[in-house]
Amino acid sequence: MAKITAGTWVEIEQIILTPEQRAPTLPEDTKKVPYVLKVSGFLLAEAELGAPARVRTLIGRELEGKLKTVNPSYEHTFGQVVPELLTIGLEEDL
Amino acid sequence: MNGRDMSYQAVMSRKNEIMKASLGIDYDDYIQSPIAFDYERMMAETGYTHDDVIRIQHETKVGNTPLFELRNLTEAVRRSSPPGKGARILLKDEAANASGSFKARRASISAYEALVKGYPGMIAATSGNYGAAVASQAAQRGLKAIIIQEVFDSRGIGQPEIIEKGRKCEAYGAEVLKLSVGPELFYLLLRTLEETGFFNASLYTPFGVRGVESLGLEIANQVRAAYGREPDAVVITHAGGGNLTGTARGLLAAGCEQTRIVACSVDLSGLHMASDHDFNRKSFTTGHTGFGVPFATWPDRVDVPRNAARSLRYMDEYQLVTQGEVFYVTELLTKIEGLERGPAGNTSLTAAITLARQMDQEQVVVVQETEYTGAGKHHNSQLSFARKNGIEVRRGDPGDSVPGESIVIPERLEQVRGKVQDLDRLRISYLNNAARIHPPDRWGEVDISFLAADLKVNTDWVRQRIGSLSQNDA
Ligand SMILES: Cc1ncc(COP(=O)(O)O)c(C=O)c1O
Repeated sequence: MAKITAGTWVEIEQIILTPEQRAPTLPEDTKKVPYVLKVSGFLLAEAELGAPARVRTLIGRELEGKLKTVNPSYEHTFGQVVPELLTIGLEEDL
Repeated sequence: MNGRDMSYQAVMSRKNEIMKASLGIDYDDYIQSPIAFDYERMMAETGYTHDDVIRIQHETKVGNTPLFELRNLTEAVRRSSPPGKGARILLKDEAANASGSFKARRASISAYEALVKGYPGMIAATSGNYGAAVASQAAQRGLKAIIIQEVFDSRGIGQPEIIEKGRKCEAYGAEVLKLSVGPELFYLLLRTLEETGFFNASLYTPFGVRGVESLGLEIANQVRAAYGREPDAVVITHAGGGNLTGTARGLLAAGCEQTRIVACSVDLSGLHMASDHDFNRKSFTTGHTGFGVPFATWPDRVDVPRNAARSLRYMDEYQLVTQGEVFYVTELLTKIEGLERGPAGNTSLTAAITLARQMDQEQVVVVQETEYTGAGKHHNSQLSFARKNGIEVRRGDPGDSVPGESIVIPERLEQVRGKVQDLDRLRISYLNNAARIHPPDRWGEVDISFLAADLKVNTDWVRQRIGSLSQNDA
């Protein structure tokens, strides 16, 4: 697999608690899955996707986890139009 | 840190020492019993007067926000109200604060405190707006910020509004720890406080609530100056209760003793807040009953030993609105008032419409906040996401909606009517929670007085209900 070069902005993932280690009182569905952390930072040393890696975050802390995403980006939008909203406020009688 | 046991149980058991080191407040000094503590003395001893608060906030682009009269909306409400009814609706544009919400007030004093006490940075665990506020205030004070946020479910999916709030924290230079669903946010907060030695910028410290008091003061002054009267009612979106507590305390400090304090939350009853499955079936990320009811009925469930946000102490009424009603009103604010604003302020605006209809025309009802809006943090984003996740979205009678299954957007303004919650039921639920922590047969005078003050009732009211608490495990 391709190596990602040091200095690249990436997202890593860590399992903070396995299902067995989680808080005692959780709903059934939540109890079955691990407690997962994702955090972004600059890759400290060359690493492969999916392999352990260390990053330096925006405030300079060094954290480690599994390398998940290269150039993690925000792509949220206003969504698909919801036509039900469009006529509100234009209608004759409010 | 090094060599310490970092398991869930071990870290949780070090809670008190971690808190003490990360806040510099010794809560033991105020605690009187397992439930009672000297709330007013704790608030007074923050060391910040209102003048200090205003000066500190002015330095970091917080406060002094405009108060607008919503003339077209007021007119529209009057047309569907009984003769003589239809109070003026005013809106405090809190989106004008640095970071886009009233939460900047709350973060500002903590940032200042962290700076003067020499902490290198601050940490907050939050649903988002507060994180952005902490990050923005920290950036201005030259402090580092870590924000701990619940973002995605076990499929890795988060709703657009949450993603946007995380983006905003990062935009201000914070390290954002993005987590899957679960209450263990608190565990990670403790662990991170211990690892970094940063300041605990909890939402629930006296600094946080004190910072919001300036909002109540400004409302009192602005309404008096423009209308020559005191606000008749102030409507406040309620989640953890700090918004209401701080605003009400500010109004009282300004002498507005007759102002009716109205809480408002979006009704999400039936959805479980710690459920991985339900996480993305809500279309609101805060200001809803999933926070509002548990926090009102037991404030001391937070990341500090005693909570400075105690909403039932100040509340006169608690309104519930549906998701569809808030989306309708958000669109209406945009189309007839020319203001695009985010969901939390529009929640209290929705309840204000119902209240205005019952109030006289010469009275004023104040919606005490707006928040910013944009991609993700927008009703179209949230509705389109809901639809994609199998939630039915349609126009109709909002009373027919079921949280997590359907969102019904009113067809006409008169269908915006909200619903009141029975305050006595909430108070009794609070007493039951107190009874679980400290059995009523051990309640002394100090406990009864504390409970009465915390519930805005007299001590007889509390005494009369003690008998029914032990059997009644509500
Ligand atoms: C913009 C905005 N308004 C209101 C609230 C509710 O405030 P509180 O949690 O203090 O009740 C929140 C809380 O998340 C918020 O972000």
